[in-house]
Amino acid sequence: MTRFVLHRLLLTIPALFGLFVLTFIMMRVLPNDPSAALAGENATPAQIAAVRKAYGFDEPLWKQFIIYVEQVAHGDLGNSIISNRPVLRDISDRLPATIELTFVSLAFAACVGIPLGTLAAVWYQSLFDHVMRILTVAGLAIASFWFAIILQMIFAMELDWLPLRGRFPEGLAPPLHITGLYLVDSLLTLRFDQFGDAFVHIILPAFTLSLAGLASIARFTRAGVLETMQKEFVHYAEAAGYQRRRIIWVYVLRNSVVGATTQIGLLFGGLISSAVAVESIFDWPGVGSYAVNAILTSDYKAVLAVTLVVGVIYAAVNILVDVVHAWLDPRVAETL
Amino acid sequence: MLILKKFLRDVPAVLGFCIILAMCLIAILTPLIVPDLDRVYDGDLTSRLLPPSADFWFGTDNLGRDVFARVIVGSRGALEVALSVVALAIGIGVPAGLYAGYTDDWGSQLVMRLTDVFLAVPQLILALSIAQLIGRGLNSAMVALALTYWPFFCRTVYGEVRRLRSALFIEAQRSLGASMPRILFVHILPNVASAVIVRATIGMGFTIMTTAVLGFLGVGATPPNPDWGLSVAEGRDYLPQSWWAVTFPGLGIFITVLGFNLFGDGLRDLVDPRLRRSR
Amino acid sequence: MTEAAPRLEIRNLSVAVGTDEGEARILDRVSLKLMSGSIHGVVGESGCGKSTLMRAILGILPKRGRATEGNVLLDGRDLLTLPPSVFRTKIRGGQIGFIPQDPYQAFNPVFRVGTQLLETTRPKASGNAFDAKADIIALLKAVQLPDPEHALDRYPHQFSGGQRQRLLIAAALASSPAVVLADEPTTALDVTTQAQILKLLRGLAEARGLSMLFVTHDFGVVAQLCDTVTVMYAGQTVESGPVARVLAAPLHPYTKMLLACHPDRSAALSGIPGAVSSPLRPPSGCRFHPRCPSARAECREAIPRTSVHAGQQKVCCLLYEEEERI
Repeated sequence: MTRFVLHRLLLTIPALFGLFVLTFIMMRVLPNDPSAALAGENATPAQIAAVRKAYGFDEPLWKQFIIYVEQVAHGDLGNSIISNRPVLRDISDRLPATIELTFVSLAFAACVGIPLGTLAAVWYQSLFDHVMRILTVAGLAIASFWFAIILQMIFAMELDWLPLRGRFPEGLAPPLHITGLYLVDSLLTLRFDQFGDAFVHIILPAFTLSLAGLASIARFTRAGVLETMQKEFVHYAEAAGYQRRRIIWVYVLRNSVVGATTQIGLLFGGLISSAVAVESIFDWPGVGSYAVNAILTSDYKAVLAVTLVVGVIYAAVNILVDVVHAWLDPRVAETL
Repeated sequence: MLILKKFLRDVPAVLGFCIILAMCLIAILTPLIVPDLDRVYDGDLTSRLLPPSADFWFGTDNLGRDVFARVIVGSRGALEVALSVVALAIGIGVPAGLYAGYTDDWGSQLVMRLTDVFLAVPQLILALSIAQLIGRGLNSAMVALALTYWPFFCRTVYGEVRRLRSALFIEAQRSLGASMPRILFVHILPNVASAVIVRATIGMGFTIMTTAVLGFLGVGATPPNPDWGLSVAEGRDYLPQSWWAVTFPGLGIFITVLGFNLFGDGLRDLVDPRLRRSR
Repeated sequence: MTEAAPRLEIRNLSVAVGTDEGEARILDRVSLKLMSGSIHGVVGESGCGKSTLMRAILGILPKRGRATEGNVLLDGRDLLTLPPSVFRTKIRGGQIGFIPQDPYQAFNPVFRVGTQLLETTRPKASGNAFDAKADIIALLKAVQLPDPEHALDRYPHQFSGGQRQRLLIAAALASSPAVVLADEPTTALDVTTQAQILKLLRGLAEARGLSMLFVTHDFGVVAQLCDTVTVMYAGQTVESGPVARVLAAPLHPYTKMLLACHPDRSAALSGIPGAVSSPLRPPSGCRFHPRCPSARAECREAIPRTSVHAGQQKVCCLLYEEEERI
């Protein structure tokens, strides 16, 4: 098993390295001369040249790249033009918010999607199945930003059941920072009032974000279960008298989920992508809204830093997914 | 013929095809449906934010522009952009995939590592990254999207070519002295075409959706382009009273993407159930 | 002569399955008796309905399948009248044990063998898990599986085909069933392993007084293992009786030709001309008549009466309707 993990890690390194190179190239391909931007608007050519020298922009490209890698290794991805703080600090401050949102969305999508998909497969070709198929395809076609706005309009503006934006009521102090996840921290400090506040604020964004994931999970669960039910061991289990409930929810589901774990990696990528717009709409203080702000203000270092960080996280998630897959299906680990 | 009959039995796929057909017709016939482009670009400020009526089927937006006309013209834009992006992605990805799949040299490895790099980041993030570098605007968005989508074509083609490479008829061609480009284009490409078409159809839906997101975020289309995503962003400030400015462009996105998804699914089931596992 | 009550009796069972092209009448008035403590073989070519017969007994006919007439009597109780829930809880993995055909496909690859074997004891486990586990290990010893204590923790792919088949046999016996159904359990194995498994089954049956219904297409296996046999063709039972008698003196034309096909029985390789009819459009009366060398015009009119001959050998053929000899 450890061999498998190491093998996977080894495979990812070149891709991440390539990403580094890519972001570096993108930085240097910038049409504006970074030294001019850094020197300020009214800088003289001499001042610009000085800045250039100070930052090493006059060095050959490969040397600059080495400097870049060194910087990244030290966690220095530059400062945000807007906040003037290290970009990495900005991102790490906002990361828990995004993690919390993505996690809640994914959990909801899985808890609802897997049973729905399984039932659709078990009741194959029934009315439930047909309705599910239509709903899941539709769910994937709904733009998350539009869905977010519609939900906001209905539940926050018209009905006033849920807060319009933000992660926590304005003016109130957020839960004590232990993990950075409001839901967890408020429970850890036994502040149930804070838990309630955080919870109502996360409902709309998480539900919006979960839609595509839910549809996707229901779809591939259904496909997986259908395929598994054709297998001989299911027929045998039935003939040998296993309890039906166990056949479906323990045996069939496990095989189907095993096959579907590879989909979860892709799903996560989609989740991150959707999070950008959703965070922006709900003023959710996460990495996604940070990225949007950075783009609109041409804070290029911030954007590139987000790209790198997301790349690393995405790679980590994919490796984790593969490891879980190998754990669930012992034959995979042994193929190496 | 048999394939056609089988396709016709898949009701959702046929529905998808009809939707696509309808959208294409709308896009082509736009000049007929919306002869007066002023309604799209120059609004009449005295008719701001009017609800749907007989004059304005989808109401007017905050600049007095006819939302129905904007949605219709927007459909043309959406399809054009999607086609361009997919075409560009195919133009890069398919040759790369053919090459990487057929040869075994370091070039093949390089191409595949390159796809790994581009796939290391979720597409939207990468598109945002690239777009903000090349400058904001619809053309940059298109290039950015194409650059994020080519790896999918490359991988699909790579897989198919690898599968076909050891097929008997290729061996026969080789022994008859056919050259590599000839084998690639005359023999392998037709077989790979069906996988590419399926991926392209799914890609159309995905591109329309992502273009809309970019437009919404302000990174894609710019005003006064009636891009659906942009329209939603513009109409957002006038909620909840003027719900039509946001709802109808969003519906446009929904219906079009739905059409491509349904049709793409049907195509995939028809062509190769094996492809079901990939996006 | 009074007969002891059979453990399992099939009486005039007909099963039809709906298909897109019409109704397939797979079983046509099938009858057989399984006596307590005996091994009864069911022989027939592929497509004769053996699997459907087993599914009918187990209560797992396909969705569009149903029994159109007849009874399946287990210890006198008609299984066909039972609701599906009873089948699930009491019959399958309860009173009826099942040994499948393909040991390579029967196990779920991602679960340990122990977990799966314990499923057949689960519903009845009024005792605790420890007891159930001990029972299973005892069974594994009985089927001569090496290293039974650790076997439960392994995965299916870590066992050979023959070992997996032993595991499956143990699973079938786990609930101390009244009747065991075996669906060609040796077909997927090589000849040596096949012989071992047959020997094992024979031994177990005798030691535990099992009543076993053994479905196969191979008369050779029947000769080695079974006490009595029923011959099926195209969903009809054509002949039955003690194995020794049927092998020595087959009555039905089909049985004769089937025996002649077996490479051990004749020097010349022979087959049966023609092909098995489709259950969608079966021949009327005796379904073998299109291929039967002794066919008469009356054969297609109705299914012949079953006549009983010496040593309880029964045959269903017009040739013998008149010549009933007891």
